[in-house]
Amino acid sequence: MNGVHDMGGMDGFGTVEPETHEPVFHAPWEGRVMAMTRAVGRLREWNIDIGRYWIELLPPAVYLDSSYYERWLTRLENLLRARDLVSKAELAAGHAAGPGPPVKGRVLAPADVDGGLTSAPFDRPAPAPARFKIGDRVRARNIHPRTHTRLPRYVRGHVGVVERMHGCHVFPDAVVASGAEDPQWLYTVTFEGGALWGPDAEPGLRISVDAFEPYLEAA
Amino acid sequence: MPEDGHDQDRDDHGHHGSELSDVELRVRALETVLTEKGYVDPAALDRIVETFETRVGPHIGAAAVARAWVDSAFRAALLADASKAIADAGIAAHPGDHLIAVENTPFLHNIVVCTLCSCYPWAVLGLPPVWYKSFAYRSRTVKEPRRVLAEFGVRLPETTEVRVWDSTAETRYLVLPMRPANTEGWDAERLATLVTRDSMVGAGLPMQPAALS
Repeated sequence: MNGVHDMGGMDGFGTVEPETHEPVFHAPWEGRVMAMTRAVGRLREWNIDIGRYWIELLPPAVYLDSSYYERWLTRLENLLRARDLVSKAELAAGHAAGPGPPVKGRVLAPADVDGGLTSAPFDRPAPAPARFKIGDRVRARNIHPRTHTRLPRYVRGHVGVVERMHGCHVFPDAVVASGAEDPQWLYTVTFEGGALWGPDAEPGLRISVDAFEPYLEAA
Repeated sequence: MPEDGHDQDRDDHGHHGSELSDVELRVRALETVLTEKGYVDPAALDRIVETFETRVGPHIGAAAVARAWVDSAFRAALLADASKAIADAGIAAHPGDHLIAVENTPFLHNIVVCTLCSCYPWAVLGLPPVWYKSFAYRSRTVKEPRRVLAEFGVRLPETTEVRVWDSTAETRYLVLPMRPANTEGWDAERLATLVTRDSMVGAGLPMQPAALS
């Protein structure tokens, strides 16, 4: 979706302000939100792509006016309610009204945390040969899906070169649209700065995105 | 700014007394409901927070970078498959899949961004800093990285190409910065003290040896 989350190339957000000696969390609630989001992820009621999409679904004004972990909190509340795992009344009351429905995954235990928090790999066996190879000129297609996509607007319609291949990965667009993994070849495609930004490009600049094969056409 | 992730004025005023802020009340309510329903174990949440506050952080990436500076076979392995190299070397048991190391040279400077959300190689660098998730960094890095770098105090020669990696899939990028001069004879452990988090994102450079003294 052409949402406000797709920020590459936008102006007006001001300067980048690094914070010296930044804490991991700026308040304890941020850590709880991060931890709850990860723990609930193990219930397997949605995956990372659906999680990202539900951040994108926040109204633009809410997205822009919320802090990072406020967006995570709202996303988690919204998804839990949408999947009928918790109710609005329960969140308002601050207590469960009864047991929740069964879930696909399992409840994360402390010992699981020590076993590693990294998610399962996203690569999959190739269902078909790759259409492109390293060195090929490709155009990012001029597509504007109304649901989730990982092709940023700033490269659409522009020509780049395949620099790396990463095998076949779970296709986020399909996961969100239909629930299917629909694995697709994944390429790093590199664009000259001038191809994306014209005469306003900084000198000596190249930019890449990691693009799934359906995002690309031969150029 | 609200988007910078730590709007204390709005969220944390309750810490001055017993009153909790709206967001703290929401978080507490959510955790209680999820716990009562058996969907989360609060002890596991404690463990996750503790993991990111004390165990997973940029020291992991720094160990890999420093090792690459002193061990050419490891450097080659890191550039070929960073996930495998870091796990095989025992630097981290779980460095994450699809981790890709990209190497700076005198003629090439790599910098990593996620324009769409906040993708970051957290298994080797810890959770991303607020600036990495900021709208300014996400919007500008693909268009004017030299200006962004200048805000970090990094000014590159015009002859150095800037190479921006937008993390739009589950691939994750780790910058292998150049080894600072005047570190001849240093071992990996000592070199790791020069490797900053920002230098492994490409938003900074490693510290110079003189900065340590």
